Amino acid sequence: MGGLQKKKYERGSATNYITRNKARKKLQLSLADFRRLCILKGIYPHEPKHKKKVNKGSTAPRTFYLLKDIRFLLHEPIVRKFREYKVFVRKLRKAYGKAEWTGVERLRDNKPGYKLDHIIKERYPTFVDALRDIDDALSMCFLFSTFARTGKCHVQTITLCRRLSVEWMNYIIASRSLKKVGRARLQGAECPFQWAHPTDVDYRVMATFTEMYTTLLGFVNFRLYQTLNLVYPPKLDSKAESELKAEHEADYAMDSESYLEKLSALSASLARVVATAEEEENQMDQFPTEGEDQENLEAREKEQKEQEAHKRLFEGLKFFLNREVPRESLAFILRCFGAEVSWDQSLCIGGTYDVTDESITHQIVDRPNMDKQYINRYYIQPQWVFDTVNAKMLLPVEDYFIGVTLPPHLSPFVEEKDGDYVPPEKLKLMALQRGEKPGQDDEEDDDDDDDDDEEEEEEEDDDDGDDDELTEERNLKKMENQRAQGKTLAVKVTPGKVRPWETGSVGNRVRLEQEEKAEEKRLAIMMMKKKEKYLYDKIMFGKKRTVREANKLTAKRKAHEDASKAEKKAKKQ
Amino acid sequence: PIQSVCVLSVGGAWRLGTDVRNTVGNIPMEWYQDYPHIGYDLDGKKIFKPIRNKDELDEFLDKMENPDYWRTVHDKTTASDIRLSDEQVDLVHRLQKGQFGDASFNEYEIHSCSSGPIVSKMVHAIKMGWIKPRKPKETTPQYYDLWAKEDPNAILGRHKMHVPAPKMRLPGHEESYNPPPEYLLTEEERLAWEQQDPEDRKLPFLPQKHSCLRAVPAFSRFIHERFERCLDLYLCPRQRKMRVNVNPEDLIPKLPKPKDLQPFPTTMSLVYRGHTSLVRSISASPTGQWLVSGSDDCTVRFWEVNTGRCLKTLEVGGAVKGVAWNPNPAVCLVAVCFESTVLLLNPALGDRLVVGATDQLITSYEPPEEDKEQAVTWALSEGPEHDKGHRLTLTHPKGVKQVVWHGKGDYLSSVMPDNTSNLQVLIHQVSKRRTQNPFRKNKGLVQCVSFHPLRPYFFVATQRCVRVYNLIKQELTKKLTANCKWISSMAIHPGGDNLICGSYDCRLAWFDLDLSTKPYKMLRHHKKALRGVAYHKHYPLFASGADDGSVIVCHGMVYNDLLQNPLIVPVKVLRGHQITHDLGVLDVTFHPTQPWVFSSGADATIRLFT
Repeated sequence: MGGLQKKKYERGSATNYITRNKARKKLQLSLADFRRLCILKGIYPHEPKHKKKVNKGSTAPRTFYLLKDIRFLLHEPIVRKFREYKVFVRKLRKAYGKAEWTGVERLRDNKPGYKLDHIIKERYPTFVDALRDIDDALSMCFLFSTFARTGKCHVQTITLCRRLSVEWMNYIIASRSLKKVGRARLQGAECPFQWAHPTDVDYRVMATFTEMYTTLLGFVNFRLYQTLNLVYPPKLDSKAESELKAEHEADYAMDSESYLEKLSALSASLARVVATAEEEENQMDQFPTEGEDQENLEAREKEQKEQEAHKRLFEGLKFFLNREVPRESLAFILRCFGAEVSWDQSLCIGGTYDVTDESITHQIVDRPNMDKQYINRYYIQPQWVFDTVNAKMLLPVEDYFIGVTLPPHLSPFVEEKDGDYVPPEKLKLMALQRGEKPGQDDEEDDDDDDDDDEEEEEEEDDDDGDDDELTEERNLKKMENQRAQGKTLAVKVTPGKVRPWETGSVGNRVRLEQEEKAEEKRLAIMMMKKKEKYLYDKIMFGKKRTVREANKLTAKRKAHEDASKAEKKAKKQ
Repeated sequence: PIQSVCVLSVGGAWRLGTDVRNTVGNIPMEWYQDYPHIGYDLDGKKIFKPIRNKDELDEFLDKMENPDYWRTVHDKTTASDIRLSDEQVDLVHRLQKGQFGDASFNEYEIHSCSSGPIVSKMVHAIKMGWIKPRKPKETTPQYYDLWAKEDPNAILGRHKMHVPAPKMRLPGHEESYNPPPEYLLTEEERLAWEQQDPEDRKLPFLPQKHSCLRAVPAFSRFIHERFERCLDLYLCPRQRKMRVNVNPEDLIPKLPKPKDLQPFPTTMSLVYRGHTSLVRSISASPTGQWLVSGSDDCTVRFWEVNTGRCLKTLEVGGAVKGVAWNPNPAVCLVAVCFESTVLLLNPALGDRLVVGATDQLITSYEPPEEDKEQAVTWALSEGPEHDKGHRLTLTHPKGVKQVVWHGKGDYLSSVMPDNTSNLQVLIHQVSKRRTQNPFRKNKGLVQCVSFHPLRPYFFVATQRCVRVYNLIKQELTKKLTANCKWISSMAIHPGGDNLICGSYDCRLAWFDLDLSTKPYKMLRHHKKALRGVAYHKHYPLFASGADDGSVIVCHGMVYNDLLQNPLIVPVKVLRGHQITHDLGVLDVTFHPTQPWVFSSGADATIRLFT
């Protein structure tokens, strides 16, 4: 009794959310500024549980932000900078309108800028947090560094992105922490300056993201260089620098300009703050924790050893890149795994030795044939490098010679769970990694396939297990027909058939047991509750779909192999 | 200030060459348009305009002929041409270059005394270091170790609440430039891919094979991909969704093994053939030796259960809707309903004594003194019909669908489904040949009725619920809601406390009458509409037949202990009936003593599963 009347939408979830327009009004920002702020601060919309309640009874589609988030934005110093910038633009426009050129100049000099350091620190309170988001930042930087300088975005941004990405690559080389090579990442770095800029893309959004990501990447790079005792911004080793200088003094006029290019050549090692022995074994300290038993420790040690070996994959090998191969990506990968790389002097700065060098072990070539070939080196296609790195072992070079049809290139990111389709190449590779000979496992593969087929058949059998009854039925039908025609039923006693599984042989008993189990399961499924049945059906549907997809791929592969075999036969004849 | 000084000095230099000065000031000269003079000189005398104004031609001639034309300036205020001296030309040149007018002026020397108070103040400020030269702007951002001091307090609640955006999927085998051949799309798949909407496509790209690396084009969708990612990052609402991570095997309920619940029928052992149309109803004799079936081919057939022989065929005047064998073993009577007639037959099977006793029971009827008006006319059969086995004929006012005996075998109920009247259910007493209509009101279309096996209760199933009436008190005791759309059949457990209802929407509801008026368990194990359900008299079994052609036998154990709920376990799916005209099994009934089940189907057969 008594008390105030409760009103709708004044408590609960309706007060926890705020629509975008309201948020914008609360912050007194234009939509573009609001968008920028959200991007920089990492504020994203939330999907309320009960949309209608939050929307005050309306079902109109709206974007909701958490009110807490918006309140948090209210205290952001950068909002003031946005406003200052707005005022600046207004003043500038006015000065232009009045043709007050001195005023314009003065305003330009005092253009308000802002820094994102505090935002980065706030969004990523620890370094680990920052590393978690680094993949997007890298992709963005690599993309922007490949843009043409046509005015779609600031030239400074492009150069900054280029600088940061080169720094990153240098770090990876220095720390040798590359694990897998993905085409997608490489494609970004590999084919610069050829974008036809698509028009249906809002570059302002991308630019804002890039602004944030460059700041992030810069700080991350700094930190990473620091951990390796490298100088930041990176400097080339004094020895390497002097070499480069001596050769190219004439070609490059400006030292500052050529510096980035020398860095991006990725051929020289970097200067260290403290000159340490190059090969410092940084053994991980082993503190066997209490819960960890010996086995675990051993496994970890083994893994560590493998990683060490992987890092030194190309050590001692000398590569030469022909001019038609993507230099930067290949040099990057090869250097990451400890190889020595060089290229033609006219291609890029930073090549350390010539084609004629006798000690070259591998030359990477991507053309149908070569005129002049040296005997003491392999001429291989670039895919060998990628596949070798992904396989974590030196693959046989025979499959990758000039003009040879290349084996398929597999993605290193796919980890097959059981039931997924595994391409036969991967199986072969896994066998190689285990140390088996490649000749044997062709048969093995076939066996596996057969097994699969059998299983499928069994599954089918389960579904129509009462074939025999059907046949019986058919016999009876026949008899009935006969009776209808002849009216006299030839009554005959035929010896009863013993069903095959009743004979008692082991195989049949096993089969019988399996059938019984399957039936039990089917009957138990009947008794499931509706909710659980729904969930169960969904899970089983998903499983069946993966099986179906895997089967489809196997069938396709088989068809392809049959076709190629038939072709070969036809050629022989 | 230095600039203004400079301007002044220029003005001084200008003055040297001119002696005529106009004193009218800075006014538009058009005001003197209509006067012969153009202003006044320093002495206050009029300055007269030249007599003739120069026109374009004069100007041109002047330009061609006068060598000093380039250094001649027209003075508007005095309307005269002035030839600039060499010094003046030099001055103009210097000004044009942005140099000081005075050639001897040293711009780098600070004139502390002569430049006025403002300049001296500024000079002082610079000397004292108050005014600093403008710093060159930093173009490159400065980086430092941002995470030098990682402060655990900096991790706010926000960070714990933060929902990180899901990572982008890493490229799989199909995205390789040289994928294994099975990942490439075939021609049909490619066409299908092209016809799909870009949103519906499973792959956003076409897998392609390139023979070598140099043939690989630039990744054309890279910008789009990054842009979409950006949009996702700041526009997509995020929500934490719990992913169910269960082993599907754990979801399956753990039930006792059917093996341990034997006996139950497992195999089809006999097929009773002879009917030519669908067999609507079957009923077994209380001894379990005979079986009666009624079919749409207007016949009633009597079978011997163990041999499958048809012992008798009786033609009746219409498609038989229902048959029911009298459950009293001391009486040999079968009730058959077709059209609007219920026929009581004496099949003359089995013990002669029983057959004779039955006939005697019927003939021993003595009509009462006063004849009551009854809804049904009772007629005794005589002559050839008597020889065929007909004993009593009850002619109803409407079509009869179902006929049921009471457990004692004296009472009999018939159902005439009709939505409009209260005359839907009739209860007949055979020994007294009496009929009564127990209901005054129509409570919905009656589907089927049943007697309680032990107590004087009567179950009436309408479309969606089952009503339980007390026949002695003549009142409604319970109303069970079946939670299904349309009840088709019903069976009462021999204990009388449980009941099952089959429905046309594929459900079977088990009611525990002591527990609730809602179903204790709903089974959805049939794929199509249920047509018949039955309990076994002695064994804990019940069966249901449906249009999908299967009979499902379940173990349904009812405990005497009131605290323990009935245990329901499906034990066997029996198949055998063929589906004809979308109808499968029409009726099921159990053998009275053995764990056997009979089923009749639309394929004109009756099957025995043992």
